[in-house]
Amino acid sequence: MTTTEDRTHVGAGIDAVTAVARRLLPEAGVITDRTRLRTYECDGLAHYRVTPALVVIPEDDAQVAAIVRACAEHGVPYVARGSGTGLSGGALPHAEGVLVVTSRMRAIREVRREDQRAVVEPGVINLDVTKAATPQGYYYAPDPSSQQICSIGGNVAENSGGAHCLKYGFTTNHVTGADFITPDGDMVALGGAAPDAPGYDLLGAVVGSEGTLGIVTATTVRLVRLPEEVRTILVGFESTDQAGAATSAIISAGIVPAAIEMMDALAIEAAEAAVHCNYPDGAGAVLVIELDGARVEVEEEYAEVARLCEDNGSFEQRLATDAVDRALIWKGRKSAFAAVGRISPDYIVQDGVIPRTALPEVLRAIAELSSSSGVRVANVFHAGDGNLHPLVLFDDAVEGAGEAAEQVSGAILDLCIEHGGSITGEHGVGMDKAKYMPRMYTDEDLDTMQLVRCAFDPGNISNPGKIFPTPRLCGEVPGRHKAAHPLQQAGLAEVF
Amino acid sequence: MTTQTLDATAREAVTSACARVEEPGAGDHVDGVVPGLVARPADTDQVAEVLRAATAHGLTVVPRGGGTKLSWGVAPRSADVLLDVSALDQVLDHAAGDLIVAAQAGCRLADLQERVAQGGQRLAIDETVPGTTVGGMLAANTSGPRRTAVGAARDLLIGITMVRADGVVAKAGGRVVKNVAGYDLGKLLIGSAGTLGVITDATFRLHPVPAASQWVTAPVSDPAAALAMTQAVLHAQVVPAAVEVAWAEGSGSVSVLLEGRVAGVAGRADATRAILGEGATGSDDAPAGGATYPWDTRASGEDRSTALKLTFELSALGEVLAATAGTPAVLRGSAGSGVLYAALPPTTDPAEVATLLERLRRVCTSRGGAAVVVDAPAAVKAAVDAWGPVPALELMRRVKDQFDPDHRLSPGRFVGGL
Ligand SMILES: Cc1cc2nc3c(=O)[nH]c(=O)nc-3n(C[C@H](O)[C@H](O)[C@H](O)COP(=O)(O)OP(=O)(O)OC[C@H]3O[C@@H](n4cnc5c(N)ncnc54)[C@H](O)[C@@H]3O)c2cc1C
Ligand SMILES: Cc1cc2nc3c(=O)[nH]c(=O)nc-3n(C[C@H](O)[C@H](O)[C@H](O)COP(=O)(O)OP(=O)(O)OC[C@H]3O[C@@H](n4cnc5c(N)ncnc54)[C@H](O)[C@@H]3O)c2cc1C
Repeated sequence: MTTTEDRTHVGAGIDAVTAVARRLLPEAGVITDRTRLRTYECDGLAHYRVTPALVVIPEDDAQVAAIVRACAEHGVPYVARGSGTGLSGGALPHAEGVLVVTSRMRAIREVRREDQRAVVEPGVINLDVTKAATPQGYYYAPDPSSQQICSIGGNVAENSGGAHCLKYGFTTNHVTGADFITPDGDMVALGGAAPDAPGYDLLGAVVGSEGTLGIVTATTVRLVRLPEEVRTILVGFESTDQAGAATSAIISAGIVPAAIEMMDALAIEAAEAAVHCNYPDGAGAVLVIELDGARVEVEEEYAEVARLCEDNGSFEQRLATDAVDRALIWKGRKSAFAAVGRISPDYIVQDGVIPRTALPEVLRAIAELSSSSGVRVANVFHAGDGNLHPLVLFDDAVEGAGEAAEQVSGAILDLCIEHGGSITGEHGVGMDKAKYMPRMYTDEDLDTMQLVRCAFDPGNISNPGKIFPTPRLCGEVPGRHKAAHPLQQAGLAEVF
Repeated sequence: MTTQTLDATAREAVTSACARVEEPGAGDHVDGVVPGLVARPADTDQVAEVLRAATAHGLTVVPRGGGTKLSWGVAPRSADVLLDVSALDQVLDHAAGDLIVAAQAGCRLADLQERVAQGGQRLAIDETVPGTTVGGMLAANTSGPRRTAVGAARDLLIGITMVRADGVVAKAGGRVVKNVAGYDLGKLLIGSAGTLGVITDATFRLHPVPAASQWVTAPVSDPAAALAMTQAVLHAQVVPAAVEVAWAEGSGSVSVLLEGRVAGVAGRADATRAILGEGATGSDDAPAGGATYPWDTRASGEDRSTALKLTFELSALGEVLAATAGTPAVLRGSAGSGVLYAALPPTTDPAEVATLLERLRRVCTSRGGAAVVVDAPAAVKAAVDAWGPVPALELMRRVKDQFDPDHRLSPGRFVGGL
């Protein structure tokens, strides 16, 4: 039995929202016990921790709407949470706010092969959509490496990607409609089963907005026909330069593989230690290349890819001959993040993007950064998209190591921006990268993005403090903000 | 025709804001609304200057790209300045190795295609009306057959520069395909019909031009057969790049585009012929009409057809076609994506248009989509609700109010009178 008294600091607003939650939700769906609240204090980025004032686990959209409405009424911030696998602190709770957890909204409502659509609730696990569609010859294409645990709601909020995005696109390309709870607590339908809904593409703005515009309570997703043929090849190179050149050669030849993933020597070492994936001995880099589509075409493309890899110095190529083989190749790649724990006590997963042609140059620059700073960096990434995931390794027990790693990590982002890239390709800005946004965008760009937030969430209660470093208050005339805002100085409003 | 007039100080402000400013000529009206001035800025800064002048003097502004179909949608309540971006016509950067292209808004889609074709690439967006510009294509969200395979503009746009109603220049996205930093403003501008901001340049992802392509076409004589054929093709392993339907007077055809490698296309074309049955024939050329609409895109004034855009979930194709039975509607579109265009002759009685529109709207909205009047003679526009019911309208209104609080940009063109 838990009581509100277990919480250390609660405002009147939270009490009111708690009362609404208790009235509507079963007992297990309202958490106020301090110890249990702490289970939710972070997402996949564990070095930021905040204990929420209240956790609710609603079972349907009406409950979500009622809780959000109560939050709006009392000015209480709320944060949505799916599976909590996010790597940018997007689902980091607000200390005086509510965490809305979607894990009890897990129904796959419909799988409609004839429309190539499925309608799913936000807590549904990504891989389960594919499992439901496969018997009908279809699958859900966006496949983040966390697909066995992350939720569709989290995917929509982060516009998640995955290995197969090179050919099939990101979450935003696969979501056609959503039921959405605005920060006022209104329930609205965005998009639909058909394309091009008249009006502004609000769904397009909501996807990737990291829970700052409202909460998605159901999603209509596109299903993609399972390909006739899939070929997965593991290719060993002596260096990342060679692997990068092979990647460019494949794309330049007009081939768009379903995936091209790269791992460097350190990442391979980690994966071997963890899952014994048996990658080529002595490789300085491997590529995992997957081709899919109509059989004849895949066969032709395979021959060409094999030749292009050879031309660029590959010393070993392995074609997966069956599903078990293929799974083992992918296991090495998909377990890489976690595997790094085997070779380093602590690490930062970075998520920068560069134009593909800059790969060799940027990888060399990262290597230089690493050797000059003495901070080891393992590279495992979506080479086809130019989406880097440098794993910056450190030992927190060593004084100053964390700061050094943080510095290298930031310098890598600067490299990405310098080359015309982005500070995040799929993990999101969240809490973690808000400070980097001004390096990529001007004040005018950020102010313009704020217009969207002000339209959706004028009270700034939906996941405040994420994405934007210092958003202006809604209704304020845009411009540079050097001093504290007058309203803030007067103690009337807070700049989040 | 209604004609706007500007007072002398406002004229002076607009004139000094931009390289070329002219009095409107015969073709410079927006569905009967004649602007006070036509401004032709030379670059993004001048677009911003014009919008700042407009803000200072309370002027309304309608952007124009190629002007190929400026009459489409609802006529604006007011258009003091016609902001013609056709001088912003450059391809800015074709990075062939990265499969991306950046172009200015006034760049003609055809010019962009020609440029990237030199590198064996293409922007997988069809030109539905000759003369279309990048900005107009985005603002009107046009799409043709190829959307079935790679999607529409929203799936290919990766970066955008816009000028807000208050003259502030902002960009979103960038030059990389994968990017989740910040809100995706590009999505909001696509299909916004010039009401949210003026697009000045855009960056897209490209695709390699396939080595081979082939169309397979078969006749169909009833809606159920059209549905059965498209479903069979979609669920087969022929990987169609487009699945098109053409329809008039109770019968029509289904056409499938196969693209890829030479041997692969040959094999998949054979397989497609087998699916479509006896009457199926192969061709290197697109079926009659190609990527354009089933109406005369050059007609103007009272000679215009009533032009409808119909969207629906894939399995509703038969119902949509059946709903036009007994009417003179001619239809064409992407059955593989759930988008059809319909045309009714210019002489059709407005009441008859209204009846059909209502019937189609019932079918389309009950099947996940919508029926919209894209263009029509004035009498028809006056008799129907062009956009129909739009969910989440209140939220759209709030977006408009944030971006353009004075409703200066293309007022009244868009859903709900925005
Ligand atoms: C080992 C590992 C590998 C990963 N690999 C990838 C990868 O390959 N590609 C990739 O893109 N990501 C990857 N991620 C990151 C993460 O899995 C994704 O960002 C995922 O989409 C998060 O989903 P979630 O359900 O865990 O969301 P959470 O972490 O719970 O939340 C993420 C964000 O979404 C918001 N949110 C959640 N639900 C909703 C909702 N219903 N409505 C509105 N907002 C909501 C939250 O407020 C938060 O801002 C990986 C993570 C791990 C741990
Ligand atoms: C309201 C409206 C709705 C339409 N809906 C559809 C549709 O659903 N499907 C379809 O296939 N075709 C539609 N069209 C047709 C479309 O206009 C043409 O097919 C063509 O794409 C327009 O290209 P253009 O360069 O000639 O643009 P124009 O005819 O010059 O302009 C078309 C529209 O885009 C705006 N615009 C032009 N350039 C810019 C810019 N740089 N920044 C911001 N706005 C700009 C204009 O104000 C106008 O609203 C629509 C047109 C309008 C006006």
